[in-house]
Amino acid sequence: MSTASLPSPRKHARLVVKLLLLAAVFFGFGFALVPLYDTICQAIGFNGKTLKDAIAAKDLPPSAVNYSRTLGVQFTATLMPGLPWEIRPLEPAIELHPGELRTTRFLVRNLSDKTIVGQAVPSVTPTVAARHFRKLDCFCFQQQTLAPGESREMALTFIVDNEIGEEISELTLAYAFFLAPNPS
Amino acid sequence: MNTASHTLDPHGAHAHHPTGILRWLTTTNHKDIGTMYLTFSLLMFFVGGAMILAVRAELFQPGLQLMKPEFFNQLIGVHALVMIFAALMPAATGFANWMIPLMIGAPDMALPRLNNWGFWLLPPAAILLTLPFVLAIFGIGDGAVATGWTLYAPLSVQGGIGVDFAIFSIHILGVSSIMGSINIIATILNMRAPGMTLMKMPLFCWGWLVTAVLLIITLPVLAGGVTMLLTDRHFQTHFFDAAGGGDPILFQHLFWFFGHPEVYILLLPVWGLMPHVLSTFTRKPIYGHTAQVWSFIAIGVLGLVVWAHHFLTAGLPVPALLYFMYSTMSISLPLAVLFFCWIATMWKGAMTFETPMLFALGFIVLFGIAGLTGLVLADVAADAQYHHSYFVVAHFHYALFAGGIMGVMTGVYYWLPKWTGHMYSEKLGKTHFWLTVVSFNLTFMPQFFLGLAGMPRRIPDYALQFAEFNAISTVGAFILGLSQLIFAYNVWACVKGGKKATAEVWESTSGLEWELSSPPPYHSWETQPVIKAN
Repeated sequence: MSTASLPSPRKHARLVVKLLLLAAVFFGFGFALVPLYDTICQAIGFNGKTLKDAIAAKDLPPSAVNYSRTLGVQFTATLMPGLPWEIRPLEPAIELHPGELRTTRFLVRNLSDKTIVGQAVPSVTPTVAARHFRKLDCFCFQQQTLAPGESREMALTFIVDNEIGEEISELTLAYAFFLAPNPS
Repeated sequence: MNTASHTLDPHGAHAHHPTGILRWLTTTNHKDIGTMYLTFSLLMFFVGGAMILAVRAELFQPGLQLMKPEFFNQLIGVHALVMIFAALMPAATGFANWMIPLMIGAPDMALPRLNNWGFWLLPPAAILLTLPFVLAIFGIGDGAVATGWTLYAPLSVQGGIGVDFAIFSIHILGVSSIMGSINIIATILNMRAPGMTLMKMPLFCWGWLVTAVLLIITLPVLAGGVTMLLTDRHFQTHFFDAAGGGDPILFQHLFWFFGHPEVYILLLPVWGLMPHVLSTFTRKPIYGHTAQVWSFIAIGVLGLVVWAHHFLTAGLPVPALLYFMYSTMSISLPLAVLFFCWIATMWKGAMTFETPMLFALGFIVLFGIAGLTGLVLADVAADAQYHHSYFVVAHFHYALFAGGIMGVMTGVYYWLPKWTGHMYSEKLGKTHFWLTVVSFNLTFMPQFFLGLAGMPRRIPDYALQFAEFNAISTVGAFILGLSQLIFAYNVWACVKGGKKATAEVWESTSGLEWELSSPPPYHSWETQPVIKAN
């Protein structure tokens, strides 16, 4: 029996190691997608994700208020299952000019007899407008703790910057309120 | 293709291996392992089929007759996972084990012991997947995974223990598939007969080479995704939980980064074997060998970058929608090259219509319908209407039943005489084909119309206006399911006996595998054949 032409086990071993490495790289790639996805979504405004941290007034893009343009902004708030609260925007819809600093409030009330921690997650539609929606302060930056029966007015201070596309005349900021997963 | 003549190996006659169950538990022989893969696949094909017949029985009439919606949801999801991971993928791996060493003139697979482990991981995985059904009977847990095979978060984060069983089952199946793929790549790259360059390699091996690479790239991403799901469920992470800073849409990206290439993983081995069958029964050489190789590679590469067309309605921004629409549609170009080559191979050939040829022709026509309806679904504007409707169900069953399973049956009928040394019953084979092709269309063609009319998928009950088409579809499904018993019997009878098959089996074959006797000796190509340059 002649097996001279068959490869040595070492030749197999080298290839197997390379292929296992390839599999390991793509296992890592799956996990790398988690931060990558977040970064990409925020950078290009995919998914309507707004920036997670407050922007200081001095860091705002230098732009005068553009009085020649008026934008409609609508606010909605939704409760996710398991959160026995009531929430509504005090101003469901406003009109503003790009570059104008505005504050609006949401009313929230704990309907249960327990202290409950909630977390608001924002989303902007149309999604491309998300990165022009700059928040100076927002109740969504922290978890909100409400005592039994407590109600509170929560503030949101923001501008819609001047670089928002000409084609957009109306945008919606929607908050989904969740039961906080890890109350801190 | 000329080879040194080592048709009958002297060692083949006295193959020494343990007998009985020990032979199958310990075997490292590629033919034994191929047989085990194929047997397991056939068994699971009937398990998955029985599940979906229960579903179709429930859907025979509007209203809830036979089962609770929760159980219905479990059946559809486990049906899909069983058919994809335990029926179609093992069938293709069984083909690879049996045929690749014979086709490239190798004595066995490169890593025989790994091959044995790869197979024996499958039964535990299948048991894990279906065990929650049994546990639920004894009051443990609330049954199997009920999320559909896609396991979308947040539903899968909230689901019962069935989800955990499915996650571990997917881990094990993934390890098994990656081991199998590494073995196939090592065999193909290192063990081809001298003189067989990659471009001279048979197309079936090429199809599998691309499949194996896709598996190694995409399965780890799915494994990562379901691992995140597991930690979200039990270890307070928030990968897919918006309240904790995660995003449920991320799961869809991770899932379909695997899930779309998976379609080609299932189909590439079939596309690889088709030209061999067409060439045999038209008595002409394969048309466009090189073009088909490059089409396989192009489809493999494109298949990796189009995943989001599975959730075009999830709220992607317009530039992303346009990208995924155009890139998806561009896959039809290399696919059209394959169709062209298949037809050109048959063109003016001396055709005969044995069972494998009938299945190949049925495959081409019905898989063509899958491709064309896929173009409709890739259209962003149209998809808004068809997404998550029965149109999608019909589309992917044309792709995976007519494309995948009928493709596998083409291969089984084509190679069965080579494997067993006996001819199967041509009469039963043809009966099986005609019953299958008619009842398949009876089952799934009405589902296109149901989808167009707006019936959503994954529901146990429906509006009255959908009653007639659903009744037709259920009748078709039962004929289709029962017809497969003919197939099982035909295979069984062929294993047990029948007219002796010659080494060539068919009138006009080419390739190393047909130079070995039927069945081939237990150890074949111990001395490698040499392929002479043209």
